[in-house]
Amino acid sequence: MTAPDDRVRAAVDAAFRDEWGQVVATLIGLTGDWDLAEDCAQDAFASALTNWRRDGVPRRPGAWLTTTARNRAIDRLRRDAAGAGKVRQLAVLTRDPDEPHDEIPDERLRLIFTCCHPALPFPARVALTLRTLAGLSTAEIARAFLTAESTMAQRLVRAKRKIHEAGIPYRVPPVEVLSPRLAAVLAVLYLIFNQGYDEEDGRALTAEAIRLARLLIRLMPQEPEPRGLLALMLLHESRRATRTDDGALVTLENQDRSRWDHALIAEGVATLDQALASGRIGGYQVQAAIAACHVTAPDAASTDWPQIAALYTELARLAPSPVVDLNHAVAVAMADGIPAGLALVDEITASGRLDRYHLLPATRADLLRRDGRPAEAEAAYEQALQLAPTEAERRYLTGRLREL
Amino acid sequence: MKYVLLICDDESVSPTNEELAADPVHQTWWEDLQRRGGMLVGQRLRPVVDATTVRVRDGETLVSDGPFAETKDFVGGFVIVECANLDEAIEIAAGHPYARWGGVEIRPVWE
Repeated sequence: MTAPDDRVRAAVDAAFRDEWGQVVATLIGLTGDWDLAEDCAQDAFASALTNWRRDGVPRRPGAWLTTTARNRAIDRLRRDAAGAGKVRQLAVLTRDPDEPHDEIPDERLRLIFTCCHPALPFPARVALTLRTLAGLSTAEIARAFLTAESTMAQRLVRAKRKIHEAGIPYRVPPVEVLSPRLAAVLAVLYLIFNQGYDEEDGRALTAEAIRLARLLIRLMPQEPEPRGLLALMLLHESRRATRTDDGALVTLENQDRSRWDHALIAEGVATLDQALASGRIGGYQVQAAIAACHVTAPDAASTDWPQIAALYTELARLAPSPVVDLNHAVAVAMADGIPAGLALVDEITASGRLDRYHLLPATRADLLRRDGRPAEAEAAYEQALQLAPTEAERRYLTGRLREL
Repeated sequence: MKYVLLICDDESVSPTNEELAADPVHQTWWEDLQRRGGMLVGQRLRPVVDATTVRVRDGETLVSDGPFAETKDFVGGFVIVECANLDEAIEIAAGHPYARWGGVEIRPVWE
């Protein structure tokens, strides 16, 4: 292999990262056939390697790939009698003239909204987004979600079939339903991020979620919540290296702040500021603001807990959940004193809304420990240990028990 | 009198429309129905994996995948609509008063 070959390989790899979603999205728009679109995109990338070695890397790789994939689709449809009508459509490359153009800055936006349509099961939305938009292979997605490859393949087949048979439109939703549909898209991206964040070697998924969020911001620059989500992910990611120590969870308070990624923190805070400038607050922006309070404090003791408590109150208003209430209780304990926080925790316990959630007794234990009540703390830690779902969390709780 | 016949199964056997048309029992049933001259409208539905359920709570339209699974609820009526796509069907479903306390299950017709 000579150096130019390596350069071509690198150019194809870069094009795959940057253009795969756009090529597939355009082909689905033209043919309405998701499988055909994926197959032809795959073919186009395969022939790019040979062609670019012979003819050089084209000036606009994306356009080259789209045209090649489109020609491949025309060939395939010509061979198939039922596709003959579609070929005429493809040849003129017309778009629906009734489609309001200001709502479609990029084909990928139609693709992501269709992948994340609420009529699809949630796991299928995640898989479809990673496959068709991000270009991950079925095997890669299956591995990331600890699922058998055949199960994941089946999930993708069913989702594509439902899009076709139930008539899920390939479009950016109109403005009257845009807000809930955008929330569905952001939920998919955040799940992809969290899946990668919880895994020791999940960097590929967190990077993918961040990349997709950046894309969404480019496609919908006027919407503040995608920026809020990106900020939140960047601020979480900045602490990744310090979250565990030798497989045991390290709490925020005890993480080595000098090892946090300060470039990511700066970008996260700047992104959050841009989102907040819109004046349209949303759940992700508030969560990012909370994360920002934590990562911009020089040390744990100087954390602005009153501000965090106020933000959790706001979050509870925007997106009510007992987990948010629990986090609010912690912030109140840190801001106004342990008894005030414990009273809120006891209210949640009494409501029974978090009965099987290990962080409820773990939080209670932690507050009791800080309040100098070790016997009660011990009982609560024991209770949390029973419910903790992962080894890292059990190890953390065991460590805390020993320190009492 | 008009009656609605709800045709149910567990989808463990799912013949194609062609197979169904070739089934002698189905043929006899169909011919009998034609002879009586009473059929107003009859359609086969796509399987439940293609179902979408629409509910409206506190003014918010909640769309979920799958069939309408609240066992305490029963079919109270039906309407067959011609729509541009699923989103239009969802819009229509969300406008029905029952969507506010029950739900509307959208099932594509198997054509």
